[in-house]
Amino acid sequence: MAMLEVTHLSISFGGLHAVDDFSVTVEEGQLYGLIGPNGAGKTTVFNLLTGVYKPDEGIIRLDGQDITGKKTIEINQAGIARTFQNIRLFGQMSVLDNVKVGMHNHNKYGTFTGILRLPKYYRVEKEMNEEAMRLLKVFELDQEADTLASNLPYGKQRKLEIARALATKPKLLLLDEPAAGMNPNETAELMKTIRFVREEFHMTILLIEHDMKLVSGICEKLTVLNFGRILTQGDTGLVLHDPEVIKAYLGE
Amino acid sequence: MKKKNISKTSRNNLLNYLLVLVIFAVVQTLSSTGNLSNLLTGLLVPLCVYIIAAISLNLVVGFSGELSLGHAGFMCVGAFSSALFSNAMADLLPSVPRLIGAILVGALTAAVFGVIIGIPVLRLKGDYLAIVTLAFGEIIKNLINILYVGVDENGLHVATSSADLKLGEGGKQIIKGALGVSGTSALYKDIKNYFFLIGVILILITLFIVQNLVNSRSGRAIMSTRDNRIAAESVGINVTKYKLLAFTISAALAGVAGVLYAHNLAMLKVSTFDYNMSILILVYVVLGGIGSLRGSVIATIILYALPELLRGFSTYRMLIYAIVLIAMMLFNWAPAARNWRSRVLEKLKNRAPGKEAA
Repeated sequence: MAMLEVTHLSISFGGLHAVDDFSVTVEEGQLYGLIGPNGAGKTTVFNLLTGVYKPDEGIIRLDGQDITGKKTIEINQAGIARTFQNIRLFGQMSVLDNVKVGMHNHNKYGTFTGILRLPKYYRVEKEMNEEAMRLLKVFELDQEADTLASNLPYGKQRKLEIARALATKPKLLLLDEPAAGMNPNETAELMKTIRFVREEFHMTILLIEHDMKLVSGICEKLTVLNFGRILTQGDTGLVLHDPEVIKAYLGE
Repeated sequence: MKKKNISKTSRNNLLNYLLVLVIFAVVQTLSSTGNLSNLLTGLLVPLCVYIIAAISLNLVVGFSGELSLGHAGFMCVGAFSSALFSNAMADLLPSVPRLIGAILVGALTAAVFGVIIGIPVLRLKGDYLAIVTLAFGEIIKNLINILYVGVDENGLHVATSSADLKLGEGGKQIIKGALGVSGTSALYKDIKNYFFLIGVILILITLFIVQNLVNSRSGRAIMSTRDNRIAAESVGINVTKYKLLAFTISAALAGVAGVLYAHNLAMLKVSTFDYNMSILILVYVVLGGIGSLRGSVIATIILYALPELLRGFSTYRMLIYAIVLIAMMLFNWAPAARNWRSRVLEKLKNRAPGKEAA
């Protein structure tokens, strides 16, 4: 069964058809790319998938479960986690705490347990710390566990955002322009990280990207959006040589 | 790395308890050796009131990131509900359990108001939220201003004028509209001398609740909604729930401050709980450092005691007070002052090596 199955998804803002009749199927374990020129509606698709916007039409199925029109937090609990184009970390909290916020719905204890410091508090906190440190180690952030998230260098902030998303134990990870603002070296490292995440966590990943080197390097399948509509979709190699796609990116 | 982090926050928390205890010890020695004027002794309990209020407001302003200007309203609710309880129970309970009951009643009533007001208010953000909390503070004040409550053998009577109360034979009015509640402190003559101690204990409990909350799962959720609402939702945090939780706990603690305030006074009037009081508490929080509990305690002590200590300057008093406010703000927030402070701290650390390593 497909991990993500989107059929005939549409939303308009006023007269603008931001996303029009968008369908996609992402298989389990796949690395899927969503590309297109600026303003094509890529981030809007992500916002529809994560419940920031409610679609006018269409159905979204995650692992067989219908999640159309659900709230953001419900969709996260159903198994979709995301990163943002402009990094959104909890800047005034430590790196470790950022990941622990991600574990919020998996390692639970009540507010009163926390205030009264009952034994359960110590037990769950210990589990959370160990698990969070393991995750940080994977992303080579364990040395910075006590640093404020906003004091991290740019590349590490990107990594922390991915780590935080993974802490919610998703089935599907959405990455919104993970390579934005990175130099070629950082991009190369990011490619390694994304591949690693897929292997290590058996993750299905859908990513938006402008960097063609990254897209052609790691994505197995692509969907190209233009003016809110699907221009073409299929295997990466074929799609990137499609004259329609080249035209959309470079003009006539 | 991880272990150090945990011990660092708990050391910080312990330091706050210690600070309060040291201040208490110093004040006690001063007063028992007769070095504290009557005027200053009279200020000790109100000081505790303001410290509790400042700590509780810091939970909303500093950790939940919402500017609330209606804090005096919750104190007002706590003060009047607990004064009502104390007066109604005057003949039924001895003073210590009665006071504990009053504190619980004040906290619970304020918490209920926190939920009722929080639900609509927390749909707003930033300046709008601040303005609406200000309005709610005033609404509470004006409602209690026309509230008459009396008690007779049939139970409680509530009305909006003295005549409408229709009290039976032997009934007594407790809340008398704009005249407020009188004689609450007289009910606690036997433990009156311990009120400062009770105040300090309440400060410690408030610190305990806020510090433990902030360093727990719920506290992290509260801070995540402050730092980035959209990201918090994306990792499954129920933003409204945790904003409301912070708001309600803060209101309950403000209610406790109100209880202490009411029980220390012979005459409790609603007009004291105006927006000036809310702003005053906010000033303590902001100048002490938003999100810093120790800062709130220290700033409240300095800024509350200052106008009284400056009485010698008579007419220039408020001028000097204003200058101190500005100086404190610069010291806390100006980049040059912050650099200077961190340089001094660095020097102190270098001079005492080994101490930090331990």
